[in-house]
Amino acid sequence: MPERDLDVAEMPSLTPVSTMEPVDLVRADGGVPLTGKKARQGKLGVIGWLSISWLALVTLAAILAPILPIDDPNQVTASIARQPPGTDGHIFGGDGLGRDLFSRIIWGGRSSLLIGTLSVLLGLVLGGLLGLVAGYFRGRADGVLTGGFDVLLSFPQLILALTLVTVFASGEGVTATRRTVVLILALGVVSIPVLGRITRANTLTWTQREFVLAARALGAKQREIMFREVLPNVLPAMFSIALLGVAVVIVAEGGLSLLGVGTQLPRPSWGNIIAEGRSELRDSPHIVIIPTIIIFLTVFALNYLGDVVRARFDVRESAL
Amino acid sequence: MIRSRRRHVVHTAADYHQSGSRLLEVDDLKTHFVTPRGRVRAVDGVSITLDRGRTLGLVGESGCGKSVLSRSIMGLLPSTADRTGSITFAGERLDELGPEALRSYWGTQMSMVFQDPMTSLNPVMKIGRQITESLEVHTDLDRGQARETALALLRSVHIPEPERRLKQYPHELSGGMRQRVVIAVALACGPQLLFADEPTTALDVTVQAQILDLLNEQQRERHMAVVLVSHDLGVVAGRTHDIAVMYAGQIVEQAPTRTLFAEVRMPYTEALLRSVPRLENASHTRLAVIGGRPPDLIDPPKGCRFAARCPYVQDRCREEQPPLIEAETPGHLFRCWYPVGTDAGKEALERNLAAELPQAAAAVTGELAVEAS
Repeated sequence: MPERDLDVAEMPSLTPVSTMEPVDLVRADGGVPLTGKKARQGKLGVIGWLSISWLALVTLAAILAPILPIDDPNQVTASIARQPPGTDGHIFGGDGLGRDLFSRIIWGGRSSLLIGTLSVLLGLVLGGLLGLVAGYFRGRADGVLTGGFDVLLSFPQLILALTLVTVFASGEGVTATRRTVVLILALGVVSIPVLGRITRANTLTWTQREFVLAARALGAKQREIMFREVLPNVLPAMFSIALLGVAVVIVAEGGLSLLGVGTQLPRPSWGNIIAEGRSELRDSPHIVIIPTIIIFLTVFALNYLGDVVRARFDVRESAL
Repeated sequence: MIRSRRRHVVHTAADYHQSGSRLLEVDDLKTHFVTPRGRVRAVDGVSITLDRGRTLGLVGESGCGKSVLSRSIMGLLPSTADRTGSITFAGERLDELGPEALRSYWGTQMSMVFQDPMTSLNPVMKIGRQITESLEVHTDLDRGQARETALALLRSVHIPEPERRLKQYPHELSGGMRQRVVIAVALACGPQLLFADEPTTALDVTVQAQILDLLNEQQRERHMAVVLVSHDLGVVAGRTHDIAVMYAGQIVEQAPTRTLFAEVRMPYTEALLRSVPRLENASHTRLAVIGGRPPDLIDPPKGCRFAARCPYVQDRCREEQPPLIEAETPGHLFRCWYPVGTDAGKEALERNLAAELPQAAAAVTGELAVEAS
């Protein structure tokens, strides 16, 4: 592997490395836009706490769905079909077929959140690793990996995921579980280049820092420097983008559902509840509006917390 | 320190060169960077020697190759660098070693203190961890022993409450404290050679002296050789055995510290000396500066590299590069056709004054009328 480049820093008559402020490439890259004053200061504030509470609530409900005292999400009760919230004690009412909407949303959260977190985790591990290698070693490794990211990014993301799901999990006899696994992998592949590029950009700036050179001067191995010195500094940015990524993937799964290749019915997800309900939009808008509000709140909470994480670690940086 | 410097002055040329404790010998080292604009000759034919336990000051203005020289010796260069020449460390040819073999020298044999303690410590790692890190790489110490060693190191660099510091992060410490930590980290594995690359430039003036004293003290206690890189002659003056003055990638004057100050030969060194502010000057005295800037290292001038800014410059200087020659005092080397303090130099300056050469007038009056081109 090529030796790590330090070129600019060593050039005579250029600014010495220590006076160069690291460029905040996350935002230069079109990453996290900061939303509010509190978030900018890295403090949670009221909205932050509300966001955490909301996410905790949704996650807990999704995990505990099988033991919660709610209806079976697939049990059809003809009398509540298309009925508005509150009918017969069904707080969110019934969907087009007469299934309890509250129960479907909780079970749907199970699918949506599972797909969101696992696919971003996949992207985080693979994309993060590749981005770290590209940003740390630069040179040829960087060229190949960045080229790969660019190729992946140049496909329209939804079409790419759609193609993967269509090829590997559609047609007769595909189980809902297989569909979910393929969805996770497809959306994971789509998130690899996004997380990879963010990680690479951050790794580039941190690798320029003198402590990396200092670690080398003390005889540390490249691998040790990469994982022990650079990675912990890059993690906050990766984490904040990952939170954003979960939100994007939840929405993307909804998009795939509208195209008919989301979570396999009758297993619910927030996306396919909306997809199914869109034919009833004129007479029973609540079937679409309620899951949309749920998705909106979840996406907002994830974005907001992503900002807080990012800003929080920026503060530590500026204190230096 | 003072005694050893005195002893050094009475050395004859013969025993100066036959010293048995030679630690570092660099011969005709050239480090060029390949850039789209061309080859940057950052270090261009430097030869230095350093004995065990001695301190060499490396002085010059920004961009003259001081830092690149020390990094070249250690082998900490980017892949765009092209290094030639020989580097012998404790009898081993470092320039012939591969990266893996070289790595075993870093930390244990030679180590480096960087300029800016703000960036040379990892912001997300506790102080204790940063010190024990290299101990774990190079020694068999277990965690407890490594922690004890780290404590002892923090004490030896005079950090108060070392137990508490171990658990703190760099941003919780002041700049001076952080530089002490950086020094402790560099000293952890007991190197024989320490490069201090402008160790005080980023620090408060009030802290600078403390850090330099600390380096001196550690150097004495450990009988370690130190290369002290600085742009400030005042910093290296009282703290080094020898001084090498660099200009545009070359050594232009090199001598035992006392000799250098007493018998300056190279006009660049003289100009550097003049640009150090002095306490005995009246207040509001204008600080003498060196007009112009160092030459482009991609296409250095064919004659003397300082010619364009030199008050003593003659036609010969612009045509022929002066070789590094020895002065009357053994061990005193310089590069000049019309050296300061000689008749040839005096005549050259008078001719330039008569011709109203701006930098010559500036050298006499201390006022810089026009920027030398």
